Amino acid sequence: MKRARVRVGNQVQDVLIDDENKVVLQDGKRVSEDSVEWLPPANGHMFALGLNYADHAAELDFKAPEEPLVFIKAPNTYTGHRGVTWRPDNVDYMHYECELVAVIGKPARNVKRENALEYVAGYTVCNDYAIRDYLENYYRPNLRVKNRDATTPVGPWIVETSDIDNPNDLTIRTWINGELKQEGTTADMIFDIPYLIEYLSGFMTLQPGDMIATGTPKGLADVKPGDEVTVEVEGVGRLTNTIVTESQFFKKPA
Amino acid sequence: MPRPIEEVATGSIFGVALNYRSLLDSRLDEFRQAPYKTPPNKPVLFIKTENTRNGNERPMVFPAGVERIQPGPAVGVVIGRKASRVRPEDAMDYVAGYTIVNEFSLPEESYYRPAVKAKCRDGFCPMGPDLVEADAIADPGNLSIQLRVNGDVRQEGHTSDWVRTIPELIGELTEFMTLNEGDVLITGTPAGRVDVKVGDRVEVEISGLGRLVNTITAEH
Repeated sequence: MKRARVRVGNQVQDVLIDDENKVVLQDGKRVSEDSVEWLPPANGHMFALGLNYADHAAELDFKAPEEPLVFIKAPNTYTGHRGVTWRPDNVDYMHYECELVAVIGKPARNVKRENALEYVAGYTVCNDYAIRDYLENYYRPNLRVKNRDATTPVGPWIVETSDIDNPNDLTIRTWINGELKQEGTTADMIFDIPYLIEYLSGFMTLQPGDMIATGTPKGLADVKPGDEVTVEVEGVGRLTNTIVTESQFFKKPA
Repeated sequence: MPRPIEEVATGSIFGVALNYRSLLDSRLDEFRQAPYKTPPNKPVLFIKTENTRNGNERPMVFPAGVERIQPGPAVGVVIGRKASRVRPEDAMDYVAGYTIVNEFSLPEESYYRPAVKAKCRDGFCPMGPDLVEADAIADPGNLSIQLRVNGDVRQEGHTSDWVRTIPELIGELTEFMTLNEGDVLITGTPAGRVDVKVGDRVEVEISGLGRLVNTITAEH
């Protein structure tokens, strides 16, 4: 089963998605995916992993970490499926990162990895864009790189945990304007979801709606205004978004 | 009528590290070396997660398995309305008021990686007691900060030592991220963080903002 949050007219609705990816509104009406505004399906904090695929770490000239490299995102950075993300003027390198996301379903504290999936409400997909021009060596990756407005598409929906047989065996793909740019598998993840839940809940309480974004494999590329970027995690979902210029983004009504 | 901070500060909690000149200056030599290479260019930001929320006169749990924790006395700025791309000269229009924050942390030997393990533990962000409305504070850049442990003054600072003022911070942050009504911006902790232990009564007093008190308790 797939659950999403959409806006129809002025109304925000929690909805189900049927097997043909039609949106089942609360009045039972089925509508196409282009007739609603997709919102992020969860709104807690996001615990995002850096360098969690060995091939990606090597691509960035880093050694694979011995302990998870975690950074935090706040809700201001989320945007939904079919939304827009802005590329700031005068930057050299802005890249996508296709990631499998676990959504926490109940408070998790001191959870062992063998029980960890009981605390997962389901999975979704995110595109953890980064603007490398803004990296600094303080709390790296810093908020100016990773917590920008509307620069973390999340969605389209949450797939139930039981619908995914093995989260460690899913193909990850990214396309720019229909051209395949990134392909990997969650099998290559260094720290998997049960490990990460044990790690994080070992020192803090994860909250319902919090998300764990598990990192991206190698295959990064620059994105430009006008590009349509699609990230997909096999069996979970396909999340599309469009890059706009800074002035286009800030012209939008608030 | 003062409003309890829990009713007002319901949004995201963003912190600024190294925002006291004397603290930053004391580490500049180190910040010119690897892995930093150059001193920070932009505000050094972090996020306090939901589980860190805590209040006045509530227990502050010393986590099991941890050797040292340190209070972080700070002025918290509570945002009053949605702020995106705000110029410093207009920034104060977006401030609802101020409160005291005790931004607890494990000691930070390094600023290189995000301080999640150090700063995001349960209850590590006492705030309060109340929202002091913006109009009640003539100059937030002229406040004395004092930390007392069991009645003894252990750390002192003054907001005139800020690297960036509140309008400057709001200007730089809202260039790339919206601050929403109810968000809190923690304006940094002065140099000289001290250790506290189980049983200690920890008080932060800031001129005009009152006093935030917590007792350190053991984790059961």
